[in-house]
Amino acid sequence: MSVHLHRDIERLKKKVLSLGAMVEEAISAAIAALLSRDEKAAKRVIASDREIDQMEVEVEEDCLKILALYQPVASDLRFVIAVLKMNNDLERMGDLAANIAKRAVEIMRQPGVELPAELPTMARNAQAMVKSSLDALVNMDATLARQVCAGDDELDGFRKRMQRRVLDEIRAHPDDAEALMGLSNIFRHLERLGDMATNIAEDVIYLVEGEITRHREN
Amino acid sequence: MTMPQQPQATADVTSAVSAAGPEPVEGPIKIRVRELSLFYGPVQALFEVSMDIPARQVTALIGPSGCGKSTFLRTLNRMNDIIEGVRISGSVSIDGQDLYHDHTDVVALRKRVGMVFQKSNPFPKSIFENVAYGPRIHGVRSRQELVEIVERSLLRAGLWDEVKDRLGTSALDLSGGQQQRLCIARALAVDPEIVLMDEPASALDPRSTARIEDLIGELREDYTIVIVTHNMQQASRVSDFTAFFYEGRLIEFGPTPQIFTKPSQKRTEDYITGRFG
Repeated sequence: MSVHLHRDIERLKKKVLSLGAMVEEAISAAIAALLSRDEKAAKRVIASDREIDQMEVEVEEDCLKILALYQPVASDLRFVIAVLKMNNDLERMGDLAANIAKRAVEIMRQPGVELPAELPTMARNAQAMVKSSLDALVNMDATLARQVCAGDDELDGFRKRMQRRVLDEIRAHPDDAEALMGLSNIFRHLERLGDMATNIAEDVIYLVEGEITRHREN
Repeated sequence: MTMPQQPQATADVTSAVSAAGPEPVEGPIKIRVRELSLFYGPVQALFEVSMDIPARQVTALIGPSGCGKSTFLRTLNRMNDIIEGVRISGSVSIDGQDLYHDHTDVVALRKRVGMVFQKSNPFPKSIFENVAYGPRIHGVRSRQELVEIVERSLLRAGLWDEVKDRLGTSALDLSGGQQQRLCIARALAVDPEIVLMDEPASALDPRSTARIEDLIGELREDYTIVIVTHNMQQASRVSDFTAFFYEGRLIEFGPTPQIFTKPSQKRTEDYITGRFG
């Protein structure tokens, strides 16, 4: 039985890693489209979300199959449970990439709206967290996962500062309010990406160490 | 969930648990085993096993064939005494009473510690006589008392409703699952405190297995149960504590949910995930 289980677990691992790669690519393409005001590229990101959704369903079906057929225990059980949870987060990250792309299209259609100079930095931070959380998963690296969790506060602070600035802009230029609200949403999406990267990192810590670290201070 | 307090690290990981002392178990202890070694002639089958078996809980012993789990189980009611050339060192005590003390009355001991085997082994007698046999040799003479004991034991073993109208028929006419429950009733008839089970369901179909497992769940209210099983899912379903044996050594002992989600020893992990054994 174990040969079959371990073969299926290896397959699941490959599948979740390729889902992670798809999500990472979508996020980075959405941000690149926003920064370069490339509407076609943004629309490609929006369309690609369907593939991510399909992959999410496949990964979930594979997890259910493994649980039903093999009743895995210990690290195998933790792996399947962690994948089941991060699968959900990855799918939502795909949605966020698509949402960023949709807001990017709206902003592009309002040429008067300037992107704040800090946006690329915040986007880079969010992407780095996503990348590190997936690297932590690939390498089963709990130390890297902990670094991802630690980076979340910085991103939260960034989002608050940026949203204050957007509010000031709306007051100064009420005509651009719609596009500026879109910009505000982009900051929120970036912050949510960080939150989900943190979820994945916590799942990696659980996977490696068997400790549930959610809801703990520090 | 916190990690179990691992006994102080020793160079020899395989003997860490048995050499340095048992894992802490909360609640009253029924059986205390200390540095128990057992030899079949020149061959050592158990190596300094120490563990505290909690009262009124189910403790499962798991491990690959030949790991010593059945040998260990048999030390708990001195069943190994009947095997020639067996030598034992260390101690086993039940409620503080040393099992291997020279003055220990083995017959009285076995009344306190019942046993159920892999293969059901009813006597070629009636259902009633199978259950009444134990109390009778322990001195119960009154027919009325025996009737009560038989009914109570069959009820406890979940067999009463199926056999109450044919207590006089041969036990050998029962199905395999019923025979095994009859053997459990027979073990309960002498009112033991501890029930040892050596793969009690391995010869049964899934439905009869489920009945035995349900029964174990009910009996744990009143008895201390130690069960040897090759079926790890069974161990995880029915037991409160799990002990993993390997090559005669107790490798890890702890609460069952912990052993099956986060074992602390790599060898346990490898065994329960099927990477060896």
